[in-house]
Amino acid sequence: MKKSLGILGVILVIGFFLYQFFVGFYNTGVEYQENAKTAWSKVESAYQRRADLIPNLVNTVKGYAAHEKGTLEAVIKARASATQTKIDPTNITPEQLAKFQQAQQGLSGALGRLLVTVEKYPDLKADKNFLELQSQLEGTENRIKVERDRYNEAVNKFNKHIKKFPGNLLAGMFGFKDMARFQSDKGAEKAPKVQF
Amino acid sequence: MKLFLLRFLSIYFLWSGLSLRAQEDVVQSLEPLKIESDGLPAKPSLSVQKQHSVYDYAQLMSPQERHMLESKITKYYDSTSTQIVVATVNKVNDDISLYATEWAHKWGIGQKDKGNGVFILVSKDDHKITIRTGYGVEYLLTDALSRRIIEDDIIPYFRKGQYYEGLSHGIDAIIKVLAGEYKNDLPKKQPTDYLFYIILAFIIFIIILSLFSKGGNSGGGSWRSSGGGPIIFSSGGSSSWGSSGGFGGGGFSGGFGGGGFGGGGATGGW
Repeated sequence: MKKSLGILGVILVIGFFLYQFFVGFYNTGVEYQENAKTAWSKVESAYQRRADLIPNLVNTVKGYAAHEKGTLEAVIKARASATQTKIDPTNITPEQLAKFQQAQQGLSGALGRLLVTVEKYPDLKADKNFLELQSQLEGTENRIKVERDRYNEAVNKFNKHIKKFPGNLLAGMFGFKDMARFQSDKGAEKAPKVQF
Repeated sequence: MKLFLLRFLSIYFLWSGLSLRAQEDVVQSLEPLKIESDGLPAKPSLSVQKQHSVYDYAQLMSPQERHMLESKITKYYDSTSTQIVVATVNKVNDDISLYATEWAHKWGIGQKDKGNGVFILVSKDDHKITIRTGYGVEYLLTDALSRRIIEDDIIPYFRKGQYYEGLSHGIDAIIKVLAGEYKNDLPKKQPTDYLFYIILAFIIFIIILSLFSKGGNSGGGSWRSSGGGPIIFSSGGSSSWGSSGGFGGGGFSGGFGGGGFGGGGATGGW
């Protein structure tokens, strides 16, 4: 009688600690995941900000360089495809993120080419409206870089949490899945250097 | 001839001694720039008056100018809780916009819930200045406006080597842009309050001590005469008043609020 009571006690104590560990692991995981999702929403809004600047930019450039039709249309097209590529923040897979990144890089490239063309038009470069757009664009590229880095950091933290032993044994049970990170841009696809 | 040389030397030493002391005064008012492993300066400690508004590491301004800039910013902070921080360094090897963003984010300039922080970083040898805007001021102090402030209000003075005038005009312009947007609704908590409590605790401590010593025998008398209350009080009081006077109340009461920075702002060169 006494012996079984002792065993029951030990089981209860072990159970209690296991429970504590489960709860701790789960709650921390949820917290990190939420942080990463918030970071993602900031990434998206930074890209959105850039997309929002483009119609204005295109119109301003058109006023001075209407016959650069091809370049302007390429920007508009790239913008459309970039804004259409959306990601479900609850399930960011590497494939989805790669697609997203590719679309955004397409826009970066088109914008870069547009800004090179602009070089030929001194009147445009001196236009007040254009100068302001240019600084907005510069700030937006900075925002994109900052938010992407912070997103990667947040994802790193979450991924480490769910991959370390013994948490990795529980991660599947709680439905924690690896989140995808931004890969660094390859060479030419880098954000346009908006410095004149 | 010998006498002349001696006199010349003594004057020289006196002068160099004095100038050394003057330099020490300047250095004393600023914690040394300590770069941590993330490549960014360490956040100043929250001890009395260490988190203030002007960090002139490159020594572009005289102590008086620094003082004037500090009091302008502090005055604005007291009514709005908006934190404007100016730092000057010799060189930034990184992209100054991104570097300054991370710096400001790390220090947490501005209030956490409002994001009302502005950070101005001047890099002397690069001839670059950047204005970084916290999340909460981005929509008012836009990138384009920041650029315009740099180009119209700051750089004309910087070109002439007038750093104080440039920064002062720039800050005036920033204050004008942010006018009326934020109110200071922080609980009134000033470092002097906290000093007051320390002094109060001291007084109570001494009263208790003296009460105990009264109850005891001959030992009590010696306690009171050696560590008398008024002496502790006056020395503690005067030294801390002295230091806060030196900063001219330039500190942000309550310290940096933890505001975030996401890359907004503009950069210009001269």
